[in-house]
Amino acid sequence: MEQTQLNVKQFSADSFEPLIHAERESREKIVAPSLTFLQDSWRRLKKNKGAVISLFILIAVAVIAFGSIWVSPHDPTKQNVKYINLPPKIPGVSLDGFNGTALIGGQRVDKYAQANVPEQVHFYLGTDGLGRDLLSRLLMGTRVSLIIAIIAALLDLSIGVTYGMISGMKGGKVDNVMQRVLEVLSGIPNLVVMILMLTIFEPGMTSIILAMIVTGWITMARIVRAQALKIKDQEYVMAARTLGESSSKIALKHVLPNISGVIIVQMMFSIPSAIFFEAFLGFIGLGLRPPAASLGTLLNEGYKTFRFLPHLMWAPAITLSVIMVCFNLLADGLRDAFDPKMKD
Amino acid sequence: MNQVAMPNKLLDVQNLKQYFHPGQENEVRAVDNVSFHIYEGETFGLVGESGCGKSTTGRSIIRLYHPTDGEIYFNGEDISKLKGKKNMQQFRRDIQMIYQDPYASLNPRMKVQDIIAEGIDIHGLAESDADRNQQVNDLLELVGLDKSHATRYPHEFSGGQRQRIGIARALAVQPRFIICDEPISALDVSIQAQVVNLLQELQRKKNLTYLFIAHDLSMVKYISDRIGVMHFGKLVEVGTSEEVYRFGLHPYTESLLSAIPLPDPDYERNRRRVTYQAPKEDGKERSLKEIASGHYIYCSDDEVPFYQKKLEQKKRQ
Ligand SMILES: Nc1ncnc2c1ncn2[C@@H]1O[C@H](COP(=O)(O)OP(=O)(O)OP(=O)(O)O)[C@@H](O)[C@H]1O
Ligand SMILES: [Mg+2]
Repeated sequence: MEQTQLNVKQFSADSFEPLIHAERESREKIVAPSLTFLQDSWRRLKKNKGAVISLFILIAVAVIAFGSIWVSPHDPTKQNVKYINLPPKIPGVSLDGFNGTALIGGQRVDKYAQANVPEQVHFYLGTDGLGRDLLSRLLMGTRVSLIIAIIAALLDLSIGVTYGMISGMKGGKVDNVMQRVLEVLSGIPNLVVMILMLTIFEPGMTSIILAMIVTGWITMARIVRAQALKIKDQEYVMAARTLGESSSKIALKHVLPNISGVIIVQMMFSIPSAIFFEAFLGFIGLGLRPPAASLGTLLNEGYKTFRFLPHLMWAPAITLSVIMVCFNLLADGLRDAFDPKMKD
Repeated sequence: MNQVAMPNKLLDVQNLKQYFHPGQENEVRAVDNVSFHIYEGETFGLVGESGCGKSTTGRSIIRLYHPTDGEIYFNGEDISKLKGKKNMQQFRRDIQMIYQDPYASLNPRMKVQDIIAEGIDIHGLAESDADRNQQVNDLLELVGLDKSHATRYPHEFSGGQRQRIGIARALAVQPRFIICDEPISALDVSIQAQVVNLLQELQRKKNLTYLFIAHDLSMVKYISDRIGVMHFGKLVEVGTSEEVYRFGLHPYTESLLSAIPLPDPDYERNRRRVTYQAPKEDGKERSLKEIASGHYIYCSDDEVPFYQKKLEQKKRQ
């Protein structure tokens, strides 16, 4: 104790200097890099392994599915009665089930040799009852699912967001009427709408899309309306109003950017249900017509011969599941990334 | 305060009524027959408890709501019935507002420069992008922020800084009259003085007129020239801030005054809160009556002598 006191006294006065107060300027400087909303969300999304993997799987699936328009292993619609019901054969794989052999009456038979398939011809996932290459058809079906996904997203963004935004921003009587219309629309089951469409149109992509136009965007419209109602009472919207901003500009500049996260998340969640809706229609025979294929129609064809040729159903079933799980995981990740508070 | 030459009334509110859901079961008379005026260059403080209609008064004046009834004269022109985009645009430049919650009053998705320049863009006040940037930088400097802040987002700022951004946004359109809706009540005490001083400095520099809304009478007294005390949608007392603070007459004002703590232990030990009980409805017609020069009380005709005597008594003490 005494020691330290002595030491302190030994310091000479000129070894001290007054602490210069940090200038106001530098006190108010912000040093952290400025992140935009998207950069910040992307940073959070990258931390979510499942979402990132899903994103890459989906990109890969999309590239392969759309790439197969130009480079398909075989023609997906070409029938060949000589090559019907061939099992999968992948070059270099000698695993039973993937080497072109099948168990017939307890014995392994090389079906490719039986059907006189040339040595260099392989059907990686086998062929169906009409001799069409399953892999090519699977790629075709995946393409249909992805197109449905894109259309569902576009409908959400165009009709859903616009409808919800107008309803929420206008409020009052307009809102009241628009909400009653929504209630009526959402009261009609999807399937009924689809059947009504089929009374007028040929079954196929057109009627599916028309059915989606009627009901596919309702959830989005509701969510956007609720969010718009919330945001439009915020003080920054009032500030814009007192500055003389027009209502449409307020919707675009102030409301929309602040609910973009919710919109994207809702869009991502609506995609798997749209894909499933199409697959379901295909499965019960209201969807695409042959020779076009969708995952649903492939499932339908596959399940008839599931006991003898299970791969005809396994392939589309796994593909459909992977796509749906990936969209769901990605949507989950996006939700957490856009709004960490929304997680519960 | 020198009141040699009476300045002109920049804002004159007469019998303003703002009802929500009028005629329905859930009618709310947020502002009920309120009259007051604000002289050019002064600060008019509006105090009252939460929910008494202070914000609503401000928002009706700035025409965020459509007033149910009454007149609002701004610079001699009745703005309560203003219609047409062109008239409205000029008015939107003359009156601006500063908001209560610094966290809700800035759009989190916009950069500070775009927030501040919003009014400049709407009214086309900048000749070029360079001019716009220059104006934003000047405004930032005016409110004591750094140029480098222009490209940042609101969430990177503290409450006091955000409030100053909000002030810069209001100033961008060169208003003459600013409604400050509890601009400091959400801030830390140490920051409150900063913002109040800034507002006073700006008032001097730009010859601004303020309507300063608050629920804290001592703060309002510090910043205001005149004070209006509001209770349940009605103004109950109006006078110069000295007069109201020292000789507040209306029982509700007395109750507010009795709630102000002072840094004096003797006083605090004996301080007694006066609770205000609204008088029973006696059917008398009441309105704001001038009981002394510039001092108004909400009362009936036959109560005027009573308040005058009360004022005399208080002044003698
Ligand atoms: N849009 C509205 N619709 C219906 N009632 C409203 C609306 N806005 C305000 N009110 C009501 O009007 C009354 C006055 O509200 P106001 O916001 O003006 O109070 P205030 O004095 O500003 O309170 P505070 O100090 O809490 O900000 C309240 O009873 C409130 O519930
Ligand atoms: Mg308020």
